[in-house]
Parts: sequence; structure tokens; C-alpha cells
Amino acid sequence: MIKAIPKPMEEIINYVQDCTKLLIAGCDGCVTVCEAGGLKEAKVLASALRLYFTQGGKQAQVDETSLTRQCEKEYLAQLSDRIDQYDAVVSLACGVGIQHMAEIYDKKVVYPGVDTCFLGVNEERGLYSERCQACGRCILAETGGVCPIARCSKRMLNGPCGGSEGGKCEVSKDIPCGWELIYERLKTLGQLDRFENPVVPKDWTTSRDGGPRKIVREDLRI
Amino acid sequence: MRLQYPPNVRIIEVPCTGKVDIIHLLMAFEHGADGVIVVGCMEGDCHYMAGNLYAKKRVFRVKEILDRVGLGGERVGMYNLSSGMGGRFAEIVREMTGKIMKLGPSPIRIATGTAVRAAGEVAA
Repeated sequence: MIKAIPKPMEEIINYVQDCTKLLIAGCDGCVTVCEAGGLKEAKVLASALRLYFTQGGKQAQVDETSLTRQCEKEYLAQLSDRIDQYDAVVSLACGVGIQHMAEIYDKKVVYPGVDTCFLGVNEERGLYSERCQACGRCILAETGGVCPIARCSKRMLNGPCGGSEGGKCEVSKDIPCGWELIYERLKTLGQLDRFENPVVPKDWTTSRDGGPRKIVREDLRI
Repeated sequence: MRLQYPPNVRIIEVPCTGKVDIIHLLMAFEHGADGVIVVGCMEGDCHYMAGNLYAKKRVFRVKEILDRVGLGGERVGMYNLSSGMGGRFAEIVREMTGKIMKLGPSPIRIATGTAVRAAGEVAA
């Protein structure tokens, strides 16, 4: 899932300090799971902003809501009858949801309330780590289900490099060497012979190197 | 025990401090509390394993928020007591009330013109 972290309060206050009617819009999708931008977080931010405005002697209306998914226009449409009353919206969705909100309501100022970080897993509550960089051409079949693009600091296709020591990456002792993980996994699977065939250069046109991407699924379109 | 503590304290009972969320503490300030303390079981003695540890983290987060929005994080606090420590409870409430009296009414009550009572209304 997409992982995000809440933006510092000062930054959000800086965006909205001139507003008098504000909507905090959470998203019930990924950002709810990582506790950065769901309804609960929207309520906390709205309450904190109400305290900020009130203690400064300013009359401001700060409402909160949460949409099922801000990355789908059908759910964003649920705001159509009331969004006009607000000066601005603080979206707590990921970068996708924030942009989609700004796209659908093109005359409304939309501020980000979270920093979107990566595609990752919940290792435990409050501990999330990256697993995928959405490169557009999955090679997990060849690497034992461990992605060298997301988990090797150098994105090497034939690793490990000389910076791997004791199973750790030279970038940080907190980062496991992606290629060590691949080696161990292939060993467990009895597929170490894969190391005898170097992985061919990757076609990066499906990644960001090909510019902003788009999927067109004719089988799903009418 | 017939212990005395200031009468301007409103006690809100919860099954475990793990039930107390950030929004509950912020709402207390929105509704005009001058200070809030969360009183949980001793660390390591939570009947629900970690309720008081979650509460501690949440109180810390509320302190950060109050600092950033201009109310001051010192208006909120967390204490850990067992059910046999009534004397200490009364002492803590007296201490916190004194501290809040010194700080004065919450900026929210001043801004909304509701700071007519003496400062030091504490919700515990």
C-alpha cells in the first residue's frame, strides 16, 4: 500500500492561516492504514486548527470529512454540493488523491496534509518499509520474490556489490542488503543456479524514464 | 480516606487509559478545559497489556500539538497510579491545579470570553 506521514503542523498552519472556512478531507484508503490521513487524523488536525485559530482570536470554521478513496472521482463527487463554501481544502490523501481533488475541483485551493513516501508493507504498527517502486516491469519471478529495484540501494540487477557487508548495505547498517536477501531466498528455494545467468539490462521505459505513465486496458473499456 | 482535592476538577472515567485518544484530549481544550491530566495504571500493570503505554504516547503527541497551536504543552500531563494510591492522586490534582492556576486560563477561554471563572479548571 501507499505509505505517507503527516506533515508538520507548522507547515499546514502556514498554508491555511489566511483561510476562514476550511475542509480537512481524509481518505479511507491507504493513508488510513498507515494512520496518516484517515478520518481519525482528519478530526485531530481539524481540532488542532480550530484551537490555533481560536486562541489567535480568529473566527474560523474548520470541518472534517473522509472519503472512501480520493483517487476515484465517484467518491470525490460526494463533496460537490458543499465544497464551494470552503476557502480551501487540506487533503490528507496520498499525492494521488490530493492531485485528483485539485483536478476535479479545479477552482478550489487544495493543500497537502501528508508527505507521501513509498509503496510498502506494515511490518508492525508504526513501522512501514518500502517494497515496490512501481517500475512497470516486474522481475520478482527471477529474484526469488525479493525486488532488487526497491530493496537494493543501487537498484542493481546483478548484485550484491562490494558495499554489502554482513548482510547489510553500506548506505546504512539498518538497511538489509537486497541482494543478500535475494541470495538467501533463492537458496531456500533451491534456485541458486539463477546466479549463473546474469540478468539482462532492464527496459526502463515502463518506469519514470518514459515520462508520466498511463495504463489503457481496452478489455475493460467500452 | 476523606482526602481533599480542588473541586474544580471534572473526572471522566474510562475503562482503560488506552481508550483515551488524541481527539478526546483536544476536544477537552476546545470545550474550554484549562488543563487535562490522564491518570492510568502503573506501567507494566495494565490489565489490557499496553493501554497506559499507548496513552503516554498520545499525551506526548497532544503536548506537541498544543505547543504548536499556541496553547502550551504543559497544560496536559500523564500520571501513573495504582488504585491504592488515593493520597497521591489528591496530591497530583492539587499540584496540577496549582500549576494551571499559575498558567492562567486557557487561551481558548480568553479568546472566546468565557474565562469568567477562576483559572484552574482541570479535567482529569
